[in-house]
Amino acid sequence: MIRHVLRFNLLARFLHWIMALLILAMLLIGLGMVSTVSPRYHELLSIHRSIGAVILVLVAVRLLNRILNPPPPLPPDLPSWQKILAKLSHLLLYALMFLLPLVGWAMLSAAAYPIMLFGSVHLPPILPHDVRIYALLREAHTDLALLLIAVFVAHLGAALFHVLIRRDSVLQSMA
Amino acid sequence: MLKTLDLLRRNPVQTAAIAIVLATVIGVLAYAAGYLTPHRLSASRIVDAIEESGGGPHEGFRRAHAKGICIAGTFLATPGAKSLSSAAVFAGLPVPVTGRFAESPPDPYGADAAASVRSMALRLQPSEGAEWRMAINDTLGLAVSTPQAFYELQVASRPNPRTGKPDPTKMGAYLQKHPETVAFAARMKAKPLASGFANDSYNSVDGFIFVAPDGSRQLVRWSMQAEDVFATLAPEERASRSGNYLFDDLLGRVARGPMKWRLVATIAMPGDPNKAAEVWPSERRQVDIGELTISHVESEATGNCRDLNFDPLVLPPGIEPSDDPIPFARSAVYSESFRRRSGEPKPPSAIANRSAGTVQ
Repeated sequence: MIRHVLRFNLLARFLHWIMALLILAMLLIGLGMVSTVSPRYHELLSIHRSIGAVILVLVAVRLLNRILNPPPPLPPDLPSWQKILAKLSHLLLYALMFLLPLVGWAMLSAAAYPIMLFGSVHLPPILPHDVRIYALLREAHTDLALLLIAVFVAHLGAALFHVLIRRDSVLQSMA
Repeated sequence: MLKTLDLLRRNPVQTAAIAIVLATVIGVLAYAAGYLTPHRLSASRIVDAIEESGGGPHEGFRRAHAKGICIAGTFLATPGAKSLSSAAVFAGLPVPVTGRFAESPPDPYGADAAASVRSMALRLQPSEGAEWRMAINDTLGLAVSTPQAFYELQVASRPNPRTGKPDPTKMGAYLQKHPETVAFAARMKAKPLASGFANDSYNSVDGFIFVAPDGSRQLVRWSMQAEDVFATLAPEERASRSGNYLFDDLLGRVARGPMKWRLVATIAMPGDPNKAAEVWPSERRQVDIGELTISHVESEATGNCRDLNFDPLVLPPGIEPSDDPIPFARSAVYSESFRRRSGEPKPPSAIANRSAGTVQ
C-alpha cells in the first residue's frame, strides 16, 4: 500500500536529529564529568556549558517552528492512551530541554561562577549570589537530568515500537 | 493496553530487538556515570575520604581549610607582567580582589596553636569574563603528585576509632609506596612556621601555562611573597596564645595599615618536573609580576568568601591548566565540597562578626 506520509517540516526534522545527538552527548558528558577527577573533568565541563547554551537556543527556535508549523497528527488508529502518553512525553521533553540549560545557567549564577562558553564568551548571571538557591538548583539539575534520561529512553523505545511493531508512519514523519 | 501487549507477544524478535537497543543505551549511560567501573576516582569518593580522615563531616563548612576569614584589596601588575601572559589581570590597571585566609584542618573550630598548612585563596576580577581564582598554600610543593596518591593518603590517615589516630601500619605502608610524601614531611619539618598570615608566603604549588601576547607558552608556578618581615613563634609561645591568635593578629595587623605581597612567577626550564610534590631548583628565573594589597579583613558571612568556591581552574584567557593532574582533581573536589556545604545549615565561623581595615 502506497500512502502519502505527512512529515514534520524540514527545519523540525533537522532540529530533532541534531538535538537528539546533542542531548545524548550532554547526558553522557554530564554523567561522565561528575564521576571523574581526571583532566577530562575540566574539558567535559567546558563542553557541557557550551552545548547547554546551544541547546537552549535551538529549543527556542524549535518551539517557535512547532507553533508556526503544527506537527502531523498521530496515526488515527493509535489507542487513545498511547496518544495521551505521546503528547505528555513530548510536552515533558520540551519542558526539560528548556529547563535543564536554564537551571544550569541559574545554578552557576547563584554560585557566583563566571560562566564561560566556547572558552571566551561570557554569559551574564541570571540570579544573584545565593548558595542556598545554588544548592536547590544543583540538586534539581541532577534530578531533571535523570528524568530526561527516562523520557529519552521511553521516546526511543516508542519510536522503535512504531517502526518495528506497529509499522506505521510515525518514524517516517520525522525521517 | 492488553491489545498492545498482545502485539508485542506476536512480534517476539522485534520486541527483543527493542529491549536490546534500550538496554544498550542504558548500559552506555551507566558506563559514563562510572557504575561499571567502581575503581574510577570520583570527586565524591575523594571528598568522602577527606571527611573520614577528619573524623566525619563538619556540616556547612569547607571539607578542608575549614577555619578561615575573608579578605579584600587590590592587585596591581608590574609593567613586565603582560609580556609573560595576556591575562587581563596583567594589563596594568588596579584589579579588585577578594579572598580568604585559612588553616588546612577540616575542623572549623580547631586551635591555631597546632602546626598546620596556611592558605590564601583569591578571586581577581579585572572585568567580566577574565576572572582569575586561586587557592595557594604556604608549603614547598605538595605531599603528593597525583589524585590517586592523594586519595590513598586520605585513606591511610583515617583515624582508628579506638585510638583516634591513623593506623601506623597503614600509614607505614602508604609512606613505603610514596617517598614523595616522606620528602614533603621532611621539607615541612625543616621550614619554620610563620608567626602569622601577614608575614607568610603562599605558593601555587601546581604548574600552569602562561600564554604570552605573541602566543608563546611557558610553564610557571607562582608565589605571593610577604612584604612583612618573616618571624616565627616557638611551639610553647604558640601554645600560650589564644585558640584564634592567627586571626586576632591578622585583624590587628590590617587595622594598622594594608598588608602587601609580591606576586612572583617562576619559569620552568625544559625538563623540570611538572609534579606538585617536586620542588624546582632555586636558580630558576623569577619574575616580579605584581603586588597584592590587602586592606580589609572580615568574618565569614552570607554572600562573602564563605560562599565562594576558589576553584583553581577558574582561569582567564592567557592562563591555562598544564599537564599537572592535581588542579583538575582540585577543581572537581572543591566543586563537590561546595555542592555539599551549600545545602547544609551554616553554623557560625570560629571568628564571627569581626572586621578591620578599610574597604577600598
